[in-house]
Amino acid sequence: MKKTLILTTALVSFGFAANADVTVMSWGGAYGAAQTEGHVKPWSAATGNAAIMVDSDNPAPAIKAMVEAGNVTVDVASVEYADAIRLCDEGMLEPIDAASLPAGADGTPAAEDFFPGAVTECAVSTDIWSNVFAYDTTKFPEGPTTAADFFDLEKFPGKRGLKKGAKAVLEFALMADGVPAAEVYNVMNTPEGIDRAFAKLDTIKSEVVWWEAGAQAPQLLADGEVAMTTAYNGRIFAAAVGEGKPFQIVWDGQVYENESYVIPKGAPNKDLALDFIKYATSTEGLRAQAAHISYGPPRKSANLEPIVYAGDGKTEMGPHLPTNPANLGNALLTSSDFWVDHDAELNERFQAWLAQ
Amino acid sequence: MALPTYASPLERIWYYTYLVICCLVFLFLIAPILIVIPLSFNAEPYFTFTPQMLAFDPAGYSLRWYDTLLTLGHPAPETVRDGTWWSAVWERATWVQAAKNSFWVGLWATILATVLGTIAALGLSRPEMPYRRLIMALLISPMIVPIIIIAVGMSFFFAKACVAPDSAMALLFGWALSEKGCLANSHLGVIVAHATLGIPFVIITVTATLSGFDQSLIRASQSLGANPRTTFFKVIMPLILPGVISGALFAFVTSFDEVVAVLFIAGPDQQTIPRQMFNGIREAISPAILAVATILVVISVLLLTTVELLRRRSDRLRGVTGR
Amino acid sequence: MAEATTELLTTADGRPLKAALQAAQARAKRRAFFLVLPLLLFVVLTFLIPIGYMLKRSFEHDGFVSSAPALVAWFQANPDFDPANPPEEAYAALVQDLALMQVDKTTGIAGTRINYSVPGTISLFKKGAREAKDLTPPFKESLVAVDPDWGKPALWRGMASASHIYTAEFYKVASDFKLNDGGWERGEDNERIYLYLFAKTFLISGIITVLCLLLAFPVSHLLATLPMAKSSLLMILVLLPFWTSLLVRTTSWIALLQEQGIVNDLLVAIGLIDNEGRLTMMYNMTGTIVAMTHVLLPFMILPLYSVMRVIPPSYARAARSLGATSWTTFRRVYLPQTLPGIAAGSLLVFILAVGYYITPALVGGADGQLISNLIAFHMSKSNWSLAAAIAGMLLVSILVLYWLYDRLVGIDRLKLG
Repeated sequence: MKKTLILTTALVSFGFAANADVTVMSWGGAYGAAQTEGHVKPWSAATGNAAIMVDSDNPAPAIKAMVEAGNVTVDVASVEYADAIRLCDEGMLEPIDAASLPAGADGTPAAEDFFPGAVTECAVSTDIWSNVFAYDTTKFPEGPTTAADFFDLEKFPGKRGLKKGAKAVLEFALMADGVPAAEVYNVMNTPEGIDRAFAKLDTIKSEVVWWEAGAQAPQLLADGEVAMTTAYNGRIFAAAVGEGKPFQIVWDGQVYENESYVIPKGAPNKDLALDFIKYATSTEGLRAQAAHISYGPPRKSANLEPIVYAGDGKTEMGPHLPTNPANLGNALLTSSDFWVDHDAELNERFQAWLAQ
Repeated sequence: MALPTYASPLERIWYYTYLVICCLVFLFLIAPILIVIPLSFNAEPYFTFTPQMLAFDPAGYSLRWYDTLLTLGHPAPETVRDGTWWSAVWERATWVQAAKNSFWVGLWATILATVLGTIAALGLSRPEMPYRRLIMALLISPMIVPIIIIAVGMSFFFAKACVAPDSAMALLFGWALSEKGCLANSHLGVIVAHATLGIPFVIITVTATLSGFDQSLIRASQSLGANPRTTFFKVIMPLILPGVISGALFAFVTSFDEVVAVLFIAGPDQQTIPRQMFNGIREAISPAILAVATILVVISVLLLTTVELLRRRSDRLRGVTGR
Repeated sequence: MAEATTELLTTADGRPLKAALQAAQARAKRRAFFLVLPLLLFVVLTFLIPIGYMLKRSFEHDGFVSSAPALVAWFQANPDFDPANPPEEAYAALVQDLALMQVDKTTGIAGTRINYSVPGTISLFKKGAREAKDLTPPFKESLVAVDPDWGKPALWRGMASASHIYTAEFYKVASDFKLNDGGWERGEDNERIYLYLFAKTFLISGIITVLCLLLAFPVSHLLATLPMAKSSLLMILVLLPFWTSLLVRTTSWIALLQEQGIVNDLLVAIGLIDNEGRLTMMYNMTGTIVAMTHVLLPFMILPLYSVMRVIPPSYARAARSLGATSWTTFRRVYLPQTLPGIAAGSLLVFILAVGYYITPALVGGADGQLISNLIAFHMSKSNWSLAAAIAGMLLVSILVLYWLYDRLVGIDRLKLG
């Protein structure tokens, strides 16, 4: 009996994959690949610790489930800003001592080097990414140029791709409806403002193809299933510059936010995880990620020198970053306060609206 | 149904319409399964037939999507395809890892479901079995209750179902549990979940085989001096074996195709083929998915053939003619 | 008869026969039961307990109880307080708890719990907790000064309701009720989703069942009336989809039906539609219905077939020879005999359709989503109790249908291929 047991154990352990020192959970696709190339691989090489990247549709609920059950198998997770704050408030994350973060490459202390809001109690920002919309230049050579054009089915006929979720979509609709960026959250704090956003979405509802995973948006555009789509700007960059697809980003009405690394409470390798985050959010770590995907590094010192796209070795990332001044003309920083409070309520309303 | 000689012209028209309808339904059933096979040889990253493919131009066809099944996740896909390259495929390639996980999970789930299910079916088909109807209803219900409900329940419960470190259970099962010794995010969790989902199939097929089982054979065997063990292995087993095997195959296919429970209770280490396909379909539908689909279709054809042959053998053995 | 049995029958060793038989019977019962026992335990552990756990979860949430002890104690002592005007001591308890939450880092947990019924509470708690230690009596005025929302009756109702670990609140939310200042009321039309989606799920499942029946009936009839050799061959065409991965079949339908897919290409090529007017058959309700009909069709064909196979053709011939038209023969003689098969197939297809998740998730787009997808959605948003409550409601409806199936058809009649 015992022999059989050992045999089966050996057989099965041979069959199943092994565990790593540090497990990083991120969003997969081009983004996950950038973090693998920019953080996971170099950190492994530099420290000799094994690290693996695992994909998730959204790491925040995944780690919340793990922490609540006390069954944490992930050491580092990449989560949205509002999620990082909410999870921290719920005691689901390990606090990260801001003072322990490395100074910038030019010697600026971390506290001054990071952009305001980039370091919070439990999270360190890895990049600033944006919800933009993009179109196929072969379909519209003249191209839409404003958020309002996205909703103009007469001037730019064709299907629209939109993210299936309330966040950033409602803001985008209001900006397209002429609400100035600074006013968007004031408007959204009133019931009439929410009605107004849904009313704007109603104007294109029949033409919308909804997407959920980030990689779907460029895919829809490439397949010709939609004429234009909202997307994470990095995914469009990867398709346009990386794969040479004729896609053009429209920055007008972009909704941008920080993405952060966090350590779930009870992570199996907490100390190594912290070491990984320090490495990844150093000036070099942030630049290494930004060389693979067009999300802006949240440290001043990382933005001093131009970053070159690793995919072709020549494209400068500057003009493709959401934080480039030229792209910030009509742009909105996501309000984590608003979404922490209203995420559940508005997503419910959004689902109800979708199903009608 | 042949047309009777006394059929009126109207009935004749109706009869042929009926045949056409039947053909269309068969087409509806089978076309979507067969269509993926040629599409998977597409040389272009499209999900439809290209003009070259329709012209049967060899340039329109390629094996590139089958190749991506080997190279996705490969550390050095472009290097020479020697022994190291292939061993890297075996150890690292994403789809190969998923296939290995699917196979092992399916195998263990099948063994668990088949052994437990067959023994239970023997009890259930005895006329003396108390609460037969109720227990049967319970054992079949994993097939009836929506998988999403089972998955949600398991995701809550498995997260709490942990063994204490260094306990006997941990020594026995630790290798298949998560790092914290829990069923959630562990291979054992997925195996157990899939076994549960496979049990109804084993119960149904084995009790169906047993329903035609002549109980006097057992008495004959006993009266001839066989002990229960001999009776089981020499008399019962050979007769119900076809049912057991088709039940096992159903259980295996159930596990091999299962994605919802995996999505809810498995961790990153339990990547299976259906999970990989689900993510692939949701994110970027590349013809690589069609290549996997084609392989799966071939597997299901093989399994179906096996089951059909078994059933015929079983019917013959039990002296049942016709279906 | 009575006098004939006065002398008891006994076994060879002198025991009464009746008792000996009963003992033998009990032994046989036990033996049968012991064979089933291992599996029964397994299923209880891996199936019944998880589902029980889920149901418990749908009634249970300790997020507020665990993080606001003083206020919870006050609510328990004063169950009949006026939510429109809670007394100062309630505010004092609240401020005490807020200060504790700030220390314990539980503002998020408490806020999230109340947020289920009163949106906007998370940041309210956060702000309140941050200020709590500097607040001075009277607490009511000072807390309302931090944020006027602290005086809202709906908030106090929500907190009072959350002060019990066990609550039916999630079922109220899952039935489209909203907590207002006056108590629980039906939500506004544009916010109602759950019952609407339940109704829609049943409607779509009904449509799919009818479609399956319409498609399955002629095919089953053909299979049942053809000679064995031919029907066995055709049966393969029914069984192959049954054995093919659900994901494969769903992928195929995407390839066939999407806007740049094969069916549209074909329609454009033969000129039925022009390139601009491609049909949208995927990522909407049409896609869900077509793909699910395909997936569930074998579950209709198999039971129908097994019933039709044993209908003797002589009845129909007798009807014809008695002068009935072929239509009358079908309607009055053949159809009634297939009813058990129709009932079995329809119920099975309907039950399976109501709980479907994968296919609508992949091809349903926005309007082709079913109730299962909403459960998954709330799971992904970490609203576990709410997901469990919707799942509980779905479970009850499935069990009713299952019971019906058992009564009308019998579970042992389930067959696979």
